[in-house]
Amino acid sequence: MVAHSYQLKRADFIFKNENDWERILDKMLKRPTRELINELMSSELKGRGGAGFPTGLKWKLTAEDPSDTKFVICNADEGEPGTFKDREILTKVPYKVLMAMAVCGYVIGSNQGYIYLRGEYKFLVPELNKVIQEFEYYCKQIGHDFSIKIFLGSGAYICGEETALFESMEGKRGEPRNKPPYPSSNGYMGKATVVNNVETLAHTFTIFKYGAKKFYDLGVQYSRGSKLFSVSGDTPKPGIYELELGMSLQDFVNEFGDGDTKAVQVGGASGFLVPRKRFEKTTIGYRGKLTGISLPTGGSMMLFNSSRSMYNVLDNYLEFFREESCGQCTPCRVGCQQLHFGIKAVKRGDKPAQYLDKLLKLTETMQLTAKCGLGQSVANSFSSIVENFREEMIY
Amino acid sequence: MNPVQDLIKNLADEHGRSRANLLPILQGVVEQEKYLSELSMIEIARELNLSAADVYGTATFYSFLEHKKMGTYLIRVCKTITCAMKGKNQILFAIEDMLKIGLGETTSDGKFSLLQTNCLGWCHKAPAMLINDEVYTDLTPESVREILTEYLKK
Repeated sequence: MVAHSYQLKRADFIFKNENDWERILDKMLKRPTRELINELMSSELKGRGGAGFPTGLKWKLTAEDPSDTKFVICNADEGEPGTFKDREILTKVPYKVLMAMAVCGYVIGSNQGYIYLRGEYKFLVPELNKVIQEFEYYCKQIGHDFSIKIFLGSGAYICGEETALFESMEGKRGEPRNKPPYPSSNGYMGKATVVNNVETLAHTFTIFKYGAKKFYDLGVQYSRGSKLFSVSGDTPKPGIYELELGMSLQDFVNEFGDGDTKAVQVGGASGFLVPRKRFEKTTIGYRGKLTGISLPTGGSMMLFNSSRSMYNVLDNYLEFFREESCGQCTPCRVGCQQLHFGIKAVKRGDKPAQYLDKLLKLTETMQLTAKCGLGQSVANSFSSIVENFREEMIY
Repeated sequence: MNPVQDLIKNLADEHGRSRANLLPILQGVVEQEKYLSELSMIEIARELNLSAADVYGTATFYSFLEHKKMGTYLIRVCKTITCAMKGKNQILFAIEDMLKIGLGETTSDGKFSLLQTNCLGWCHKAPAMLINDEVYTDLTPESVREILTEYLKK
């Protein structure tokens, strides 16, 4: 094998067992809220669910809202294909997430937290409830009024979208709302709400315990800190890995590939498929003024080797989106169906290869006009697969 | 009183009667009854003072809220990309062959139902399936036969 420069930097914060969360919580609850927000902002932590919104800013905006009732919600509706890190956090270090929620409650002025847990993870409930009970008991002891409830989903990918999540918690169909207004002023029950991904909350624990600098020193410009990666597909070592952001995809493939990696899906079905020829030029992180292409991800990294048909991969994604589209807006409801019908027709030879260009146009329309991230992001995987593996799509 | 009415009343007492409590109540009925009948949905609407259409609209949105009576053990095999790549169909064939049911069907004794579902979040241990809330991973046709043999004894 050719020698390569090894540049993946492993980190070990998230799953590190910390026995002193009580002490950290006490300490945080004595600091001025402004200081905590500044700490988060200077760490440059961005949302780890995939969207990458600056966490400190989210807390700040919600803290500034005059609403009398506010909520803290931990988004554990981990449904993106290829993602499985949040369950691991809730299994191994749930107290970090609970502590972070309580600190968030203190910062924004909320005494009610919820964990929106996907129905597929229902088996976690008994153990999680036990940890919550102990946590609430401790909060009571130190005179901090904060309680946490688990709200169980029922098998709907779209409920991971924050406004659909509110609708679901309000007993309705999980259909995303128009934005604005944003959750920082109109969230759950119309009240100011912070919604953070499980991993984001776990990172805030690290930042509160070790200080913003420790976190900021990891990663690269615009993409600070470490991140959990869920690695699956054609790899000899599938699993969950904490790595510093900013690595090149080539280095990632050198570490996790099986020697025959043809493409990597970065960010799940709603992310981008990167073909072998672009591994070198692609980095993993949030978009910034970096050279080359930088791809954000909620952590889903799926590897495909040369035995895989990219047509089958796209077919599988489109079936997923067709079923998981909430159906309220036409671009997404009809668009997902037509894309799926369309590639099948081209594959059968019922439509000419040029029909793929029409379908690409359709994804542009969806990107512009769909109401939420689901419909808008179908274009990502569709165009990156069709443009790079066109020959596999046609008859 | 019909036992479903009893169940719904108890669930409403436990969770509350506002719209925000609708999902936990629907989930509670499905857990007990293995589906939501029209009668259940009408009864929930009455108990929560909602229109039956609102309850039906919400109930039909979620893939884990069934509308057809399911077996005691509901098998959901993950069909999303990694599980599909790692032999999901062979798992399905093994189950179908052993239980003599197809997708969406229930065994005549009402014990098992077989469905597919979207990403369960076990891609690193694909293929995966749920039997009720229990997770099974790294499946092979052999291991799935062993698992089902245990369930058949129950």
